[in-house]
Amino acid sequence: MSAIDDTAATAARPAAGVGAYLASNLREYGLLIALFAVMGFFQVVTGGTLLRPINVTNLLLQNSYIIIMALGMLIVIVAGHIDLSVGSVMGFIGALAAVMIVNMELSIWLAALVCIATGGLIGAAQGYWIAYWRIPSFIVTLAGMLVFRGLSLWLLEGQSVGPFPREFQVIATGFVPDVLPGGAALADMLGVRNFNVLAFVVGLLAAGYVVWSGLRKRAQNRAYGIEDEPRAFFLIRVGLIAAVLVFILYSLATFRGMPNVLITMGVLTVIYAFVTESTTLGRRVYALGGNEKAAKLSGIKTERLTFLAFVNMGVLAAVAGLVFAARLNTATPKAGFALELDVIAAVFIGGASMSGGVGKIVGAVVGAFLMGVLNNGMSIMGIGIDYQQMIKGLVLLAAVIFDVYNKKKV
Amino acid sequence: MQDTLLEMRAITKTFPGVRALDDVTLAVRRGEIHAICGENGAGKSTLMKVLSGVYPAGSYEGEIHYDGALAQFRDIADSERSGIIIIHQELALVPLLSIAENLFLGNENARAGVIDWRETNRRAQDLLRKVGLRDPATTRVEKLGVGKQQLVEIAKALAKDVRLLILDEPTSALSEGDSQALLDLMLELKAQGVTQIIISHKLNEVRRVADTVTVIRDGQSVSTIDAGGGITEDAIVRDMVGRSIENRYPPRTPRIGQTLMSVRDWCVHHPEHADRQVIRRVSFDVRAGEVVGIAGLMGAGRTELAMSIFGRSWGQGITGTVEMHGRAVDTSTVSRAIAAGLAYVPEDRKSLGLILEDSVTRNITLANLPAVSRGAVLDERREAEVAEGYRADLGIRTPGVFQQVVNLSGGNQQKVVLSKWLFAGPEVLILDEPTRGIDVGAKYEIYGLINELAAQGKGVVVISSEMPELLGMSDRIYVMNEGAFVGEMPSHQASQERIMSLIVRE
Repeated sequence: MSAIDDTAATAARPAAGVGAYLASNLREYGLLIALFAVMGFFQVVTGGTLLRPINVTNLLLQNSYIIIMALGMLIVIVAGHIDLSVGSVMGFIGALAAVMIVNMELSIWLAALVCIATGGLIGAAQGYWIAYWRIPSFIVTLAGMLVFRGLSLWLLEGQSVGPFPREFQVIATGFVPDVLPGGAALADMLGVRNFNVLAFVVGLLAAGYVVWSGLRKRAQNRAYGIEDEPRAFFLIRVGLIAAVLVFILYSLATFRGMPNVLITMGVLTVIYAFVTESTTLGRRVYALGGNEKAAKLSGIKTERLTFLAFVNMGVLAAVAGLVFAARLNTATPKAGFALELDVIAAVFIGGASMSGGVGKIVGAVVGAFLMGVLNNGMSIMGIGIDYQQMIKGLVLLAAVIFDVYNKKKV
Repeated sequence: MQDTLLEMRAITKTFPGVRALDDVTLAVRRGEIHAICGENGAGKSTLMKVLSGVYPAGSYEGEIHYDGALAQFRDIADSERSGIIIIHQELALVPLLSIAENLFLGNENARAGVIDWRETNRRAQDLLRKVGLRDPATTRVEKLGVGKQQLVEIAKALAKDVRLLILDEPTSALSEGDSQALLDLMLELKAQGVTQIIISHKLNEVRRVADTVTVIRDGQSVSTIDAGGGITEDAIVRDMVGRSIENRYPPRTPRIGQTLMSVRDWCVHHPEHADRQVIRRVSFDVRAGEVVGIAGLMGAGRTELAMSIFGRSWGQGITGTVEMHGRAVDTSTVSRAIAAGLAYVPEDRKSLGLILEDSVTRNITLANLPAVSRGAVLDERREAEVAEGYRADLGIRTPGVFQQVVNLSGGNQQKVVLSKWLFAGPEVLILDEPTRGIDVGAKYEIYGLINELAAQGKGVVVISSEMPELLGMSDRIYVMNEGAFVGEMPSHQASQERIMSLIVRE
């Protein structure tokens, strides 16, 4: 029955239809298709290693700090700027944490708080020149990159400092304990060694949320008379995303459950996606990046927003620094070296525009995962770091060319 | 003398889904000034792009005969070699290069790639003399006003041995005085034998210079009127819109109330040169239900006055007071000015008024987001309703309120900017050149909207370089010159001559 309804609805719409819809939304589908294609490819060539539970867990841990920083970088880039200092800041914060926790034996909570506040201050110091003095962000953060790289060296006196106490490592390497009953029984039933019910339930809930919010958005679009996604596309897209979420969390459940970092990352992603898409603050940032002068003449405090975007970036770089240090269990002067480039690449692969005003949080996260899967897959295959770099560079270039080509065609 | 230089026969150009030009015919005689009139979107620019090779031969149907032969231009360079040169509305000069460098850009006086600067500057000075520009050829273009830049563009065309000069809306950014000078120059070039095509919305200018007028409507050439038979503005307007607009300014019975806003002793200094005073002790009042016009030449300081009042968006060292309902208000930032009940619709809507890549909806709600949100969370349904409301009220022609504004025509973009400011709920609106670059039909709608605002008891300040518009729309007119107000008169006592004489007398 519903199939017949669907045909009628499609026929009623102007002839443009599916092809035109696909053409005008190629970018978003392209990104998802690329992610699935890359995952499928490596799953096959690595003989199934890529999606083994232990590797899925690893993939999340390896990319967590990139994703955390990509959230802030997306906002900075949407606002029309760039931050080259995040890798150095991340390394510096790790070093600061090591000095406070390992050398000075301060409490972990106090140290973490100081680190995050320091990150915010660093962002404020850079944002001040960019927002109120109109010094190009490229210059200010390039300077910041050198300064904080130097500060890390100075702080660590060129040495690696570690190891961290167990309670600190938990930030990155800990897992959320299973609070739900029935794990052992399910493990027996499924024939796996252990089964974390909480992780699986979270997976189901997340998938459920994706489907629910997708349907809601669709209903809204229909109410506003916005061009609808053809039903088949909608079902495939939402179905795939939900399936992947369930699959990932299922994988995690059969290994050690959800890493703490996944929670941090997931919660931050949801918060930032909400803030950018559904609040006045987010809307104003997009307006600022889209046309700063027009935004200013509409009563938007453009300087303050720019300033805050950098403060936020600093805070997230600090969070990433803590996660990174905890994961490596040591702070080294080399930590975070050239990482800013991975973060920036993730954001651009995710569809943000160099000129500002365009880009989505989800895009940046998917972009970061795409890079992460590439890294991970190539490493499993034993491809040398030389080829890895080249391939990643070409992927970035291809993604942006694809963007520009799409824009021209319209 | 009267033979045909250019003939475009049965030109048809289609884009996917749109027939932009449909069997258009245009014949331009050697040595004449030929005007092309039409509403925005009528197909004027497309026709010129076909002519200049932007759309190469083969991408359109029909034939172009130029100088007695069939012309098939492959690109702009090709048409320029034949002496066809277009000066676009948006000037294409490099601001940081000198006049001379701009004149010969891509066409340098060089031997083996080495530029002969003496020859360059000498030839440049010659060309500048021809167009009546007295600045040295080594001046950087950014130092020149728009009017002078326009002259540089024309000189650049002359440098390329122009035979057919096409001017696309040449006076849209110029003040009355500069416009007159430009039109004089066109007549002089005609006397020297340069054939010209002018695309313009300003019918009085067309009437002044054109020998022949071709009117294009909806992609078709509607009529060709010969100056011999007498060109009347009404006839052109009728052909342009396909209906006659008896009165170009909708009638209104003003009901003027209490004073809403008073500005006293407003002084502003230049943002880069603190010692240069740009606005000098300006005082004025706006009353409820009143349309106040500010007349003046380009560079008189009208935009600077408006922007400095609206959140100190221009200049430094600002002194003076703004009162609303007799009480001094703080307008030191844009958000405070909005809170005080002001709105400013900028002159340059694309760079100052709109976020072009954003939707109609997002643009309309931008200046008043709190009204469409709960706490800090946006209510998208409410936003869409607001936008739909303005779309219906103002007649914004768009496929939907989620359309990007970049895809809208100039008149509809301006309606979006106006909607944004109406939604902000101001008491006094300052409209800076509200009808610039907008076709006749949309202009009429905007005038109607201004009247409606006044009828609602709002105060409207209109800054315009088109004097007939000010005379037709305002209740009272202030005349501004060199940063100061030099006169004030009720509009029934005003005339173009009286305003001009106030400016000239200073």
